[in-house]
Amino acid sequence: MNKMTELKAAAAAATTASDVTKAEFDKWFDERFEFKMKEMAENKTPSMSIIATKGTLDWAYPPFILASTAAALGWKVSIFFTFYGLLLLKKDVSDMKVTPVGNPAMPMKMPFGPDWFKNIDWPIPNAVSGNIPGFENMASGLMRETFKSKGVASIDELREICVDEGVGMHACQMTVDVFGFTKDDFIDDITSWCGAASFLPTAQKSDVTLFI
Amino acid sequence: MTNAQMSPARELDTTGLNCPLPILKTKKELNSMETGTVLKMVSSDVGSLKDIEAFCTQTGHGLLSSEEDGNSYIFHIRKN
Repeated sequence: MNKMTELKAAAAAATTASDVTKAEFDKWFDERFEFKMKEMAENKTPSMSIIATKGTLDWAYPPFILASTAAALGWKVSIFFTFYGLLLLKKDVSDMKVTPVGNPAMPMKMPFGPDWFKNIDWPIPNAVSGNIPGFENMASGLMRETFKSKGVASIDELREICVDEGVGMHACQMTVDVFGFTKDDFIDDITSWCGAASFLPTAQKSDVTLFI
Repeated sequence: MTNAQMSPARELDTTGLNCPLPILKTKKELNSMETGTVLKMVSSDVGSLKDIEAFCTQTGHGLLSSEEDGNSYIFHIRKN
């Protein structure tokens, strides 16, 4: 017999003298419980905690897109920027790069010309993309242009929306120390400089937690 | 729904913008509007058909209509 069945049996034994009252009470309780649970669910503000760990142009998008969208839905959002993710908070993100080297799922597309040309996925071997000087800059420039021509927001734009919508921007203090940055390198809108111990309690209470 | 109830107080054109900008701009526009007034939003992003519906469900704004006109998607939203 499991615990629940035991409790039910005990409750039934205790109330045999007034069965009708118990049935009424159970009915009242069940209805009330369902009502209260529904009320709590409706009044609760959903929350999300994101840990952003990557600093390349392609990986800069997911945390800012998800955070700004969740904020638009009325959620409470916090992002913890750590390791390379900290670079997403730099004042100047115009030099953010993406590389096709060791990134086999990344399509190489041209942002100009007719559609048939733009849709070609250029098969560029790592031996070429890894050895030609400036290839990374070119690939980054092409991705930026493609995003722009498709009406995708820039990282600056999404980040600004996040700040305006009150998304908590938490920067990892340890990363700053390890990589030798100074706080002047970063935007002024950082909510807090903290460590894992400060962020985890926030994540613990969140409905959605993502590691990106 | 009569035409008078649907008549928009504000119009927002997000043509050319991609996910999640139509949602973000719609939210911003609704923020500056009065409760009960209607926003007409036009988007060219096919994803907005589902996203605007989800946005309205979650935020409590009323989605009065959602139409397709060629490559344009037109929404009427009543501010909550």
